[in-house]
Amino acid sequence: MRPERERRLWMYSMMVKSRAYEQAIKPAYLEGKQPVFNMANGPIPGEMHLSDGQEPCAVGVCAHLGPRDTVTATHRPHHIAIAKGVDLRAMTAEIFGRRSGLAGGRGGHMHLFDPRVSFCCSGIIAQGMGPAVGAALAAKLAGDARVAVSFIGEGAANQGAFHEALNLAAVWSVPVVFVIEDNAYGISVSKRESTAVERNAVRAHSYNMPGVFVPGNDPDAIYEAAGDAIARARRGEGPTLIEIETCRLEGHFMGDAEQYRPQGEVQRLKASDPISRYRQQLISDGIAAAELDALEQSAARDVSDAFAFARSAELPTVEEAFHHVFATGAV
Amino acid sequence: MNVSASTSRVADAKHTESTAQGVDAVPRRRLTIAKAISEALTQEMDRDPRVLVMGEDIGRLGGVFGTTQGLLARFGPERVRDTPISETAFIGAAVGLAAAGMRPVVELMFVDFFGVCMDAIYNLAAKQSYFSGGRVACPMVLMTSVGGGYGDAGQHSQCLYASFAHLPGLKVVIPSNSHDAKGLMIAAIRDPNPVVFMYHKALQGMGWLGTVQRSIVPVSDSDYVVPIGKATTVREGRDVTVVSWGLGVHQAVECADILMKEGIDVEVLDLRTLAPLDRDAILQSVQKTGRIVVVDDDYRSCGLAAEIIASVCESGRVALRAPPCRVTFPDIPVPFAPQMERPLLPSAVKLAEAVRAQFVSQP
Repeated sequence: MRPERERRLWMYSMMVKSRAYEQAIKPAYLEGKQPVFNMANGPIPGEMHLSDGQEPCAVGVCAHLGPRDTVTATHRPHHIAIAKGVDLRAMTAEIFGRRSGLAGGRGGHMHLFDPRVSFCCSGIIAQGMGPAVGAALAAKLAGDARVAVSFIGEGAANQGAFHEALNLAAVWSVPVVFVIEDNAYGISVSKRESTAVERNAVRAHSYNMPGVFVPGNDPDAIYEAAGDAIARARRGEGPTLIEIETCRLEGHFMGDAEQYRPQGEVQRLKASDPISRYRQQLISDGIAAAELDALEQSAARDVSDAFAFARSAELPTVEEAFHHVFATGAV
Repeated sequence: MNVSASTSRVADAKHTESTAQGVDAVPRRRLTIAKAISEALTQEMDRDPRVLVMGEDIGRLGGVFGTTQGLLARFGPERVRDTPISETAFIGAAVGLAAAGMRPVVELMFVDFFGVCMDAIYNLAAKQSYFSGGRVACPMVLMTSVGGGYGDAGQHSQCLYASFAHLPGLKVVIPSNSHDAKGLMIAAIRDPNPVVFMYHKALQGMGWLGTVQRSIVPVSDSDYVVPIGKATTVREGRDVTVVSWGLGVHQAVECADILMKEGIDVEVLDLRTLAPLDRDAILQSVQKTGRIVVVDDDYRSCGLAAEIIASVCESGRVALRAPPCRVTFPDIPVPFAPQMERPLLPSAVKLAEAVRAQFVSQP
């Protein structure tokens, strides 16, 4: 089903918010890391994986999800977290390692958990897939129409966990949708060099589930494919694998020299930035530029509010590192 | 080779590139550990056509941590294989290659990723010789990065020394400097057993990570081995033994410098091999000093530090003059925020405090 006007505006607003977010992360991450780049320094240490270019995957899928639908995301999680409705202030505070962060500064940017909207992510490739099958089984056992979605990169399709999770999801016929964000690279190694099939969607057939390939990094097309798969899951008809052709406009992580990219590739990708293309599409479909401008301004305000919140938030004390190693209380 | 001379000298970054030719008695060029590993692999691949290297981003990129620089250009994609993100498959393949007479070196990018492929490591590689009654060896090297301190959080900052050293059939080595890195890698490749070669990210010499400069030492361009299973005395002392490895060696040396001014003479051992443990070297030193402090940036409980102290205590050969002590990371996942992680990591200052406490008379 094609998205209606309000859905399209929502998707646009989430994409521009996500991009504004990454634009704000970049200078913050580089603070303290110049002129000599040392990952350990600055207000945001460690690895930083930006999602520029992959926004359509997040919005096209999350447009169909409510807060009780589970999402497991990857080491590159910001766009998905934002589209899933993760608390932007608490997420940013977490990325800045603050006490008011989602995990009180214990997790950082690769380990964002927001149970309020059933979102989590992890830094180990493909390992969110099993938990998504479990969340889907829980929904099935509870007899409600919740679904689970597991986002992975195309590199994850070569992990054992991918194949095991697909098989198990099909055997149990649970309401889960596996979404491959194919940005063509696992760090420096291209899909062509690492993957036996041209399209990972075909792998779904080995596990007796539909496999859908969505070309073009187009939010509307992703919305349609995800809508079908999620509706199917909610009807109790089992899992689907969706493969989305997307792109990574930045390096694997900040500081990546990207020498493995063919010359001109990044410029070519940036020239067909999915957000600019979607804006053009919306305008040519009769949506006023001013309306889109207003969404951009609102996104920028939300992002700047979240960053201001995070920067002024208190730092944790070392004693707090010892909290929550074990859960306490009844579950 | 005496490592103490080299580790106590501060490296000049300008001299980290190769400048010397031929075999020097005192080599002048200094290498990072990353370059030393790359050189060891290059020389072994030149010497032995059975050696091949596999892993994620080890080809064109030369390894995320620089362990395979120049190998793809020199040896080509048949012997330098970028793999899919498929550790179970390519580490399992290494076990099969080793059984078939090859000498595979595989990289597990972060030791934290062992969860997806441990079966190939501890149920296959580690037991191949045993299950075959000694008829099928498993001469492979698994190299992997360890350590935190740079804000990479709980799935990219672990050490897990004890997790591997615990398992019979695996040898585990970790260099504290580039000289040992080269010699240990050559020894690991030539060893008929699976060797887990750990390298600490804080010593690796990657610009983007920061590096303890004392890990960058002169490296001979000759082919030499640092024997597996042999600790070395980095610094001799009379009063107390600090047992260390990897990054901890540099903290121990710094601690010894601090305490020298206070009249405490610290002996520093660099284990270099974690399994099999050089218990003789540890006991010999502690017999002399009567005191032992172990520095270990892995989790505390059931760790290598505990094993080392237990080995000393149960030997019956040492009457300790103070309770043995370990300076470790606590039993918590590695937290992201630097305000939580960094104060909990071992340091020279913490180690010095622990060593001083050895000289406070017991009630």
